[in-house]
This record gives sequence, C-alpha cells and structure tokens, in this order.
Amino acid sequence: MAVKTPIYLDHAATTPCDSRVVEAMLPYFTDTFGNPGSRNHSFGWASEDAVETARRQCAELIGADRKEIIFTSGATESNNLAIKGAAAMYAKAPAGRSGRGHIITCTIEHKATLDPCKRLQKEGFDVTYLEPGSDGIVTAAMIEDAMREDTILVSIMWANNEIGTINEVREIGKLCHDKGVIFHTDGTQWVGKMPTDVALDNVDLMSFSGHKMYGPKGVGALYVRRRRPRVRLVPISEGGGQERGFRSGTLNVTGIVGLGKACELAKQEMDTDAARLSGLRKRLEDRITAALDTVQVNGHADKRLPHLTNISFGFVEGESLMMACKDIAMSSGSACTSASLEPSYVLKGLGVGDDLAHSSLRISLGRWTTEQEVDFAAEQIISSVKKLRDLSPLYDMHNEGIDITKIEWQAH
Amino acid sequence: MAYGDKVIDHYENPRNVGNFGTTGDVKARKDIGVGLVGAPECGDVMQLQIKVDDSGVIEDAKFKCFGCGSAIASSSLATEWLKGKTVDEGLTIKNTQIVEELSLPPVKIHCSVLAEDAIRAAISDYKEKNGVEEAKSQHAHA
Repeated sequence: MAVKTPIYLDHAATTPCDSRVVEAMLPYFTDTFGNPGSRNHSFGWASEDAVETARRQCAELIGADRKEIIFTSGATESNNLAIKGAAAMYAKAPAGRSGRGHIITCTIEHKATLDPCKRLQKEGFDVTYLEPGSDGIVTAAMIEDAMREDTILVSIMWANNEIGTINEVREIGKLCHDKGVIFHTDGTQWVGKMPTDVALDNVDLMSFSGHKMYGPKGVGALYVRRRRPRVRLVPISEGGGQERGFRSGTLNVTGIVGLGKACELAKQEMDTDAARLSGLRKRLEDRITAALDTVQVNGHADKRLPHLTNISFGFVEGESLMMACKDIAMSSGSACTSASLEPSYVLKGLGVGDDLAHSSLRISLGRWTTEQEVDFAAEQIISSVKKLRDLSPLYDMHNEGIDITKIEWQAH
Repeated sequence: MAYGDKVIDHYENPRNVGNFGTTGDVKARKDIGVGLVGAPECGDVMQLQIKVDDSGVIEDAKFKCFGCGSAIASSSLATEWLKGKTVDEGLTIKNTQIVEELSLPPVKIHCSVLAEDAIRAAISDYKEKNGVEEAKSQHAHA
C-alpha cells in the first residue's frame, strides 16, 4: 500500500488528538457546559463531576492523590507556576533584596524553564545552570556538587525535548528530599509515554501537558506534593481561588476532560506503544546509519525516550535537508528556520560541533506511526543526504582528507 | 518557511554543480579561479569556480554549496549569470540583483551577499594567479 504523505514524525512537538479523547470531550461543549464553580445548581455539579473524574485519571497515571493535581493551560504555565511559585514561597529573603536563595537547573532545559529562572535571577535569586555531559544526562552527582546551604529549588526536566535523554530523576529527587530542597521536574515529554510514580520517583512538583500525549492543546497540569513534604506555592494568577487557590480562573472543562481521557488511555497503552515505537526507531536508525557515513545519533544511546531520535548528518545543512525531505514533517536541530543563525543550544550544550549541530533532525514517532512510514522516511532522508552531499563542498574536502575544522573560515 | 518558485527550481535542479578538479588540481591551474566563502558554523559555505579563456571570458562556472535552499539557489544562479561574461563584467553582479531574481525574503539576504562574495573571491583568485593587479574593491552590501 502506498504511503500517504506528508508523514508526521514530529510527535515531540505535538500529537494528534486521539478520537476517543475528542469523543469524551464533545458533550462538555454543549450539553454539560456548566461552570464547575457554580455550586448551587446541577449544571455546575455535572461539570464539577467531570473535572473530578479527570483529576482522578491524571492522578492515577502518575501515582498521585487527586488533590495533588492542579489544572493549568499547559506545561509552560505549569513550569512558571512551579518555579516562580516555589521561589517566592521558599525565598530566603523578602522581595527586593539579593541573596533570596539558590536554584539549580540545567543549560539544556526547555525555554519555559530557563526563562522563568532568568526572571528570578533579576529578582535577586542565584541560579546555577548545570552543563550535562556529552550524553546529555544530568546526574544526581552533578546536582549534589552544585548544592549550597541556600539552595531552595532544583528544576530538572525528566526527558529532554530535543534529544530524548532521560535524567536521573529518582536519584535527584532523593537527594533533594534528604537536603530539604524542593524538586520540580518538567515531565512534558515523559508523562504519558513512560511509567511515572511520583512517590517512588521522589518528585515534589511535576509539569505535564495534554497535547503531547494525544490530548488537546491548551490544557496541562502541575502535580503538587501534599505530604512529606507538603509543597506550598505563591500563585501567579489570583482571583476566584479555583484549584485550591493555586490557579484562579474558570476551569477549562472540555480541555480537562480531554486531558483526563488522554491520561487514562496513556496508562493503558504506553507499554505497547513504547515497545512498538522503540522497535520502529531502531529500524529507522539502523537503516540510516547503514546507508550513510558521518552520521551521529545524539544523546545517550540507551537512556532516552523510545519514540524519539536526534541525528546529525555531517556536511549537509539542516534547513536544506528539511526542504529535501519534503514529504516528512520533522524538526530541524537547527533554528535557521526561525531566522536566527544559531544552531540548537541543546546540541551545542552537549558539545556537538557547530557544523553537526546545524545539520540535525529530530524525528519523533507516535501512536499511529507505521513501519511503512518509517521505511519511506528512512529512504527519503538517505537519498536527500546523498543529494545534498553531492552539492556539498565540505563533503568533497572530507573525502580529499581535508580537516574542515582546521580551515580558517571567514565567518561573516 | 515558504520558498519562492525560483528558489525551489534552482534547489531541485541546481545548474552547474561540480568543480574542475580536486582542491590541489584547481589550485595549480592558472585558468581557474576559486572562491570559497562562508563558514560551517554559520550554516553556509559556498565554493565557486570559474574557468576563464584566453580572452578573459568566463567560459564555464561550477559551484558547490553547503547551506539552505536559498544559498544553494543563489550560488546556482551566480554560475548561470557568470557564464559568458568577462571577469570584469562578473564583478558587476550585485547581491541585490540576486535578491530580486529569486525573490529572497529579508532573512535570506545574507545568502545573496555570500554569492556576491563568492563571485568576487573567485575572480580575485583568478586575477591573482595571472598577475592582474586589482585595487581592493570597496563594496557595500545592500
């Protein structure tokens, strides 16, 4: 059977909504439309019931109590609430002073973690940005070395969005608990894909998002631990006091119902999905690495998400590679398309050379990706790289034995 | 980003891809001028080679390019325009003409600048090999 193009291999950016999710959401647009905050009539009660069911579904996916789930507009908001909210609550000195406390994060975190941390720096907090090893992993030992007397918060993502590497969350969490430091993890790429147990994994705060796990966009959650320790946060949005005061604003009932259903499905299907997708990813990587020289799979070989791969292709440029692979939707490791000439800060953070960081593809598979699609993608990537290498002066030099890193290039 | 039709045409059917020999070969040949501009860490490198006949006319031009679609199109177009021109006429090609011909958006203007630089570098290499003195040209990019 012919493969239908374009093929979507960018599931780390967003996923299609599962039709079962959409079906679960539909009645809440029209029939059951009440405001869950309306405590004095049945319209409100029905919506509240739906929200509480979703809260339980979310909690069950991650081993939490349902009272520990705060609904938000997505992982960016969750990260902001967790990081800014915890910093404000556990600050060592009042606002307006310096020396308000120390925060540890990592250079290859998502911008939704880095930018709140930068904001806090301006507000008197100290932030340490750890550099991961060349395998992309942040270890508990790295955190321990960076800990200070005044450390109040550690924020380390569970799995990296560009390279899929998995950090030592459980060990970092244990360390934080031993030292009495709050631990936040951005679980956006992890939750719903991999087994999560906030109790065993020693997580205090965890962000996750609906649209990364076949749920709708515009909804996410923050897990906030209630026991040992009971984590408190200063809210960012204030008003009606919804979500136990952590996040005021009328609840996005349809989105929340969708997120809950997506969590329920993820719990049922993640094992099957992960096993199947890791097989498909291996097939993809094997084909590409067998057909092409000077190819590098970025990040740790094993400790990474099963559905994602990030591959650098020497001597070809990322944007033209994407242009050549016109039937495949994927993400370039290079940010050229956003009009900036900077290669990926994540890959640079791993010590991947500028030349390779400019020519990387992030390919992420999903629940409905087929073997035929993977084979088609492998073929198109291989033939595109070959075509562009025929055009590449750098590949000629490489084949002539010239070391391109030794040439004095005139950057302009 | 959406590309213009002409960029896509040059990208899919690049004109005059190649070279006139290995790096060592072309260095030794007086009738060949080589321009190599850009840098891998900036995401584009252009190599332009011109073959000049006895009367100073560029009889052939070849390119190779590591870069985005617009960079490939700009260098492909440069080879087309150079062929049949004298070396001095070649110097009159301006990046703004390339921008116009390919309808490059503002973020891709640097690709045309690089192509103009490659033309100048190739012609100056040819002139240097043949002992033609040239005052360092002062050119401003658009």
